Amino acid sequence: MKFAGQLFLLLGAFFCFLGALGIVRMPDVYNRIQAGTKAVTLGTLAVLIGVGFHHPDWWPKLLAIAGLLLLTNPVGSSTIARALYLAGVRPWRAGRDEGES
Amino acid sequence: MAEGVRAVSAALDYAIYALFACAFLLGLWRMIAGPQTPDRIVAADTLGVITTAALALLALQLESALYLDVALVYGVLAFVGVVALARIIETGARP
Repeated sequence: MKFAGQLFLLLGAFFCFLGALGIVRMPDVYNRIQAGTKAVTLGTLAVLIGVGFHHPDWWPKLLAIAGLLLLTNPVGSSTIARALYLAGVRPWRAGRDEGES
Repeated sequence: MAEGVRAVSAALDYAIYALFACAFLLGLWRMIAGPQTPDRIVAADTLGVITTAALALLALQLESALYLDVALVYGVLAFVGVVALARIIETGARP
């Protein structure tokens, strides 16, 4: 049981790391939003499940955090993307340099 | 046998903490370097969610459910901050 929880924690930490790596490596701000939000949401959910395996009596609070995360994180990232698009930031295309938009 | 299981468990713990540290460093690097304001806002958003996960991990490490409440409030405040920044971008920071 504890081992399963640790595997979930490792998975979550790995996906959080991948999200941060995507933020550094992706070429423009829309790609960064996409990489960061998706991978980090999945990683955080896995971390919460892992903590729940360690302490089964914490499930209600963990469920509240997970529900809040699933509600707010996509809304926040799509709000940023919409604001950037309305402010006139053009998406990146292959062949142009970074920051030229 | 129990010793081996404990050693593997400790190694997994170190791997988890190292991955979280790397995630924080990469996010902070994008926040410091990253060429324009929108990149910094995206980095702040992602760092907020990673911090929520790290606070849940801290609750596990310190054996205290109180930190889960901290994680919940931190998630709400990060969301509100990101939406406010997005509104500022959208309206061009007019009063």
